Amino acid sequence: MLSNIGIITRRELAAYFLTPIAYVFIVIFLILSGVFTFYLGGFFARGQADLATFFGFHPWLYLFLIPALTMRLWAEERKSGTIELLFTLPVTMLEAVVGKFLATWIFTAVALALTFPIWITVNYLGDPDNGVIAAGYIGSLLMAGGYIAIGCCISAFTRNQVIAFVITLVVCLAFILSGFPMVLDFLDDWLPAVLLEAVSSFSFLSHFASIQNGVVAVPDLVYFCSLIALWLYANAAVLEIKKAG
Amino acid sequence: MTSMVDINGLSKRFGPITAVSDVSFRVARGEVLGFLGPNGAGKSTTMKMITGFLAPDAGAIAIDGDDIAEHSVRVKHKLGYLPEGAPLYADMTPLALLRFVGRIRGLSGDDLNARIERVVDQVNLAGVMEQSIDTLSKGFKRRVGIAQAILHDPPLLILDEPTDGLDPNQKHEVRSLIREMAREKAIILSTHILEEVDAVCSRAIIIASGRIVSDGTPAELQAMSPHHNAVQLVLNEKDPPGIVSKLRAIEGVRDVTTRRDNGGTRFEAVPEGDAVIVDRVADVVRENDWRMVAMYVERGRLDEVFRDVTGRAPDSGEA
Repeated sequence: MLSNIGIITRRELAAYFLTPIAYVFIVIFLILSGVFTFYLGGFFARGQADLATFFGFHPWLYLFLIPALTMRLWAEERKSGTIELLFTLPVTMLEAVVGKFLATWIFTAVALALTFPIWITVNYLGDPDNGVIAAGYIGSLLMAGGYIAIGCCISAFTRNQVIAFVITLVVCLAFILSGFPMVLDFLDDWLPAVLLEAVSSFSFLSHFASIQNGVVAVPDLVYFCSLIALWLYANAAVLEIKKAG
Repeated sequence: MTSMVDINGLSKRFGPITAVSDVSFRVARGEVLGFLGPNGAGKSTTMKMITGFLAPDAGAIAIDGDDIAEHSVRVKHKLGYLPEGAPLYADMTPLALLRFVGRIRGLSGDDLNARIERVVDQVNLAGVMEQSIDTLSKGFKRRVGIAQAILHDPPLLILDEPTDGLDPNQKHEVRSLIREMAREKAIILSTHILEEVDAVCSRAIIIASGRIVSDGTPAELQAMSPHHNAVQLVLNEKDPPGIVSKLRAIEGVRDVTTRRDNGGTRFEAVPEGDAVIVDRVADVVRENDWRMVAMYVERGRLDEVFRDVTGRAPDSGEA
C-alpha cells in the first residue's frame, strides 16, 4: 500500500519536472510572493519584523497557482487514455489518489521552501518571532493541501484541463470568501446565525489566520486535515463512479 | 483443464446504447482468442471489463478462478493489458515507463532490470529507451505498450489491436511474439485484420452490436464461407460455355461462375454444402484433356464470413 503510493508519488513528481510546469510554477510563485510582500504588502513601510504580509497573500496566490498544478492530474490521464493503463495496474483507487495528491503537495512544499530568502531577509533586518514564522509556514502548507485536494477531485470530473482549472478556482474562491466580512455581512440578512457560523467556519481564511498568528490549534489542524481527507475521498468516489459509467 | 478467463452473461450499457449484451466465453492457457467485429461492436468495451477498468452492468468475470469484482488487485497482477491506441505517459522515456510499471507490479533491483532487458529485446526497443515517448513513431509507441503489458510475464494477456499502426515487418514480428508466448499463456487479442486471425489465433469470436455471432476455430469460420471447398480452375481453352455445362454436370457442384483471367478463363465450381468436389473436377479435366493453367481448392473467405455474420445481426447502435 505505502510502497505503491510512493511509486505513484515519485512518478507524478517527476512528471512535473519533465515539463516546464515545475519551473514556470516555481519562478512565478517566487516572483509573486516577493512582489506581494514587498510592494503590495508594504513590507518595509510597516517597519515590523514579521512575515504577516507574506503569508497574508498566500490564499490569493494559491487561488490561481494551485488549480494550474492540479488541473492536469486526472484530466490529462483521461484525455490521453493513460488512466486505463494506471487502473489496470495492481493499484487501488485510494493509492492512486493519495499518490497524486502527495506529489503535488510535496511539489508545493518545495516551492514554499524556496521562499526562504524572505525569511533570511526579515531575520537580517530585525528580530522576528521565528516560532510564528514556522507556524505560518505550517499553516500555509496545510492550506495548500486543502486547495490541492479540491483541485484533485475536480480534475477527476473532466477530461478538459481548462474546465478543471476554472471550476477549481471557483470552488476555492468560495472557500476563501465564506470567511470574508463582506460576504458574511451579505449572508447575515439571509441566514440564521448558526448557519452563518457554519459558513464562516468553512473558510480557509479564518483557520489560516489563527495559525498565521502563531497559534497552531487543534481545531484548525483538524479542519485542514479533514478537508483534505474529505476531498480525496470524493476524488476516489468520482473515479469509482466514472468506472461504472 | 481450468480456464484462465471465464465470462458469464456480461452486459454493459452506456445510456441508451447497449455496448455489450449477454456475452459469455472461456479462454484456457495455450489459447489465442481473436476478437473480431466491426468498429463499435463492443470489442474494446468487453476487454475493458475483463481488465477491470470498466465495471459491467451484469454478468461475472473470473480470472484464474478469482472473481474480478472481489479480488481486483490480485487479478490485476495476473494480467497484462495493451489498451486501445496504446496510451502511454508521453513525457516519460520508455525506460522510465517500464521501471514505473515494473515497480508497481512488485519488481525491483536486478530482477526488474533483467526483465526490462528481456522485453526490450523481445519487442526491439533498444535504441529508443532514453528518448521521450512523445517523439517516438507510432510503431515504437505500440511496441512500448506491448512491452509494458508483458513485462511481468503474466499468465493472461489482453491486447487491444496489437498490430494497429505497425508496418508489415513489425506486424510479422509481433505476431511471432504472440505465437511464441501462446504456449504457456492465455491471450485475448482484438483485431479487424482478418488475416491476423488466420496467422495467430487458435479461436475466433466475432461480435456485432455487442453480441457474439460466431465462435470457432479459424478453419470452422472459413468453413462457413460459401466458397469453402470451392475449386478454382484456370483453363486455356475456347468455348467456356461448353466447359461450364460439363462442370455443372459434376455431382455435388452447385454453381459454376467464370471470368477472364490472364492466360485463360477462370472457372469457379462452388460445392453444395460441405461436399468435396476437387477429385471429381480433376477427373473431368483429365477426361476432356483441357489445358490447365492452375487449379486449387479454396479454404473459404474470412472477409465474406465476417460480412455475412456481422451484417445479419440486428443493428442496435454503435458504442
